[in-house]
Amino acid sequence: MARTIQSLERAAAMLRLLAGGERRLGLSDVASALGLAKGTAHGILRTLQQEGFVEQDPASGRYQLGAELLRLGNSYLDVHELRARALVWADDLARSSGESVYLGVLHQQGVLIIHHVFRPDDSRQVLEVGAMQPLHSTALGKVLCAYDPVAHSEVTETEREAFTPHTVTGLGEFEELLDLTRARGWAADVEETWEGVASVAAPIHDRRRMPVGAVGITGAVERVREGGELSAQLVAAVRDCARAVSRDLGAGRF
Amino acid sequence: MTDANTTTGSHGTGPFIAAIDQGTTSSRCIVFDRDGRIVSVDQKEHEQIFPKPGWVEHDATEIWANVQQVVAGAIEKAGITSADVKAIGITNQRETTLLWDKNTGEPVHNAIVWQDTRTDALCKELGRNVGQDRFRRETGLPLASYFSGPKVRWLLDNVEGLRERAERGDILFGTMDSWVIWNLTGGVDGGVHVTDVTNASRTMLMNLRSLAWDERIAESMEIPVAVLPEIRSSAEVYGTAKGGALDGVAVASALGDQQAALFGQTCFSEGEAKSTYGTGTFMLMNTGDEPVNSYNGLLTTVGYRIGDEKPVYALEGSIAVTGSLVQWMRDQMGLIKSAAEIETLASSVEDNGGAYFVPAFSGLFAPYWRSDARGVIAGLTRYVTKAHIARAVLEATAWQTREITDAMTKDSGVELTALKVDGGMTSNNLLMQTLSDFLDAPVVRPMVAETTCLGAAYAAGLAVGFWPDTDALRANWRRAAEWTPRMDADTRDREYKSWLKAVERTMGWIEDEE
Repeated sequence: MARTIQSLERAAAMLRLLAGGERRLGLSDVASALGLAKGTAHGILRTLQQEGFVEQDPASGRYQLGAELLRLGNSYLDVHELRARALVWADDLARSSGESVYLGVLHQQGVLIIHHVFRPDDSRQVLEVGAMQPLHSTALGKVLCAYDPVAHSEVTETEREAFTPHTVTGLGEFEELLDLTRARGWAADVEETWEGVASVAAPIHDRRRMPVGAVGITGAVERVREGGELSAQLVAAVRDCARAVSRDLGAGRF
Repeated sequence: MTDANTTTGSHGTGPFIAAIDQGTTSSRCIVFDRDGRIVSVDQKEHEQIFPKPGWVEHDATEIWANVQQVVAGAIEKAGITSADVKAIGITNQRETTLLWDKNTGEPVHNAIVWQDTRTDALCKELGRNVGQDRFRRETGLPLASYFSGPKVRWLLDNVEGLRERAERGDILFGTMDSWVIWNLTGGVDGGVHVTDVTNASRTMLMNLRSLAWDERIAESMEIPVAVLPEIRSSAEVYGTAKGGALDGVAVASALGDQQAALFGQTCFSEGEAKSTYGTGTFMLMNTGDEPVNSYNGLLTTVGYRIGDEKPVYALEGSIAVTGSLVQWMRDQMGLIKSAAEIETLASSVEDNGGAYFVPAFSGLFAPYWRSDARGVIAGLTRYVTKAHIARAVLEATAWQTREITDAMTKDSGVELTALKVDGGMTSNNLLMQTLSDFLDAPVVRPMVAETTCLGAAYAAGLAVGFWPDTDALRANWRRAAEWTPRMDADTRDREYKSWLKAVERTMGWIEDEE
């Protein structure tokens, strides 16, 4: 049998003991139930308390499960919740940028589009909610790879297809792009996925600063780029939108 | 939502229009620019007072204080002054009824909210031998506890000495538009006592064709006409604000909230319709310049009137339980943790698994009007999971919309070409697709979700020439998303048949109605 860590096993046993119904146990109950010395049990309980997994009732001194455990269980942010929170801000981004807006999350080895706002002109457009986009070449995908370690491991383990002559496929060069993305706080895709199309995206964080998705605009390269550079105004609008959605999800100002 | 601080960088530099939305749970003020974009928002909730089961009241003094506060808040957040604001528009919760003393400005009683059912028995009594439809030909409405007239009568009968004061001419009646406008324009110091045609059309006291108070109905309800405000159009300058953050600015529009949403969605042509998906759902269809009588359980109401132009009428159908069914799944059933999760759960299966959910929690409303009905989930087998039920929940909203649009087509003879949607549930992609599938028509979401405030702003802007005409407003309208039907006709027809069978099974559950 592989070596295990005894104190972690004991901590797990304590959590199991405290779980189930509204159970509150005193130190001596915990110690005797698990066959531990009081001092040992107290040390473990105090550590669990510091991490928020256990709480101590101030009046009786008894222990119960802590709120942090509940948060762990509920930490997954529903993508439809994300869409509902982002709706107003995404609409406003489409208005101010004049381009179409996409909201994407990591799904398997790609970016799942969970929200799409049409470009505000009268042209015929088709709703692309549910579509998949590549991780390595799109602005949304690069943002996810730069901030979400799961996305990063997906993208490094799969083959990065060259969609256009501009697609970055080499791992070293791609990692540099991700460094740049983290340094600037946004990513771009200038004809790396589709000829003639450019996009800009920024990350959305939840209240625990976890990256939960990316929001960006996509449009004709002639409009998104100004004199060889990406339009600073568009970049600012995208980042404003990402910050606003993050704030709505409870992330602190940054 | 307690505070929505929306300030964006790239809007124009003014001038602006301020819209006040005096709603059922909160009062809001939104500042719009010429493109119809939101510049700033301020909002404050007010207390819901429940003195007895079925009774709902608001403290009108608290509401007026909140309105002043959110107006000041929105102006401050926008970083502008009253000089930058061209006009103020008002939209409001409809039918909520207030009487106040014109000499002191004090309400004589809390406002009686539209949801309040204390006038149920009075409405039956007022129907006499004719029944619910006694005043329908003149007013377009059935005798029901929502509407203002019977609420006024209740106050006159139940507040001591009020009838005498009213007959002496000391008392004013108003829906919340009138209360806000009277106070904005000076209150006891020369405030104007007016209402607009859309709000007046929800009192049961206005004749839909003449757009004047119907003295015969007022007499039947024993309401002295002296308390009634002057009926004006929805878009004209009623007066100017006195004091406060918008001192000197023209007060230039009033529209009931659902009519304001119709206006904000720019449904200016006959046959155009909007549906607002919230706790309940309200659908209005523009029927042009003639009121259409409904034989299919819809209400006939005034859509809007711009200045001296002809009035535009609408048919209205409401669904009592839509968003509240999703809340019920969350709070009572515990099947989901948040409202948005209904889509996640429903999307985990391909179809409803044969299950149909008719949420007739307090009877069936339009087009059936059966108070003896109660909710059912039909078609259950061992195969059905909670995901199928979630799907049936969303389908219930879509089928109920279909029933209303069918009734509208029957009454008006106009086929629905596209449905414009707004409200919280429009963020539910699966629901919007299902809606398009069941209606066999495109479903379109506009880019500004705040269509109610936008409608009030548009009407006020038209009145002062900020926008030249309704065509300019149409040009402002932007499509944010559009869902097109993907369901084949056979499937749709088969599913609709099953839904109607489920609806049938709700009826007659309550055996003797008191």
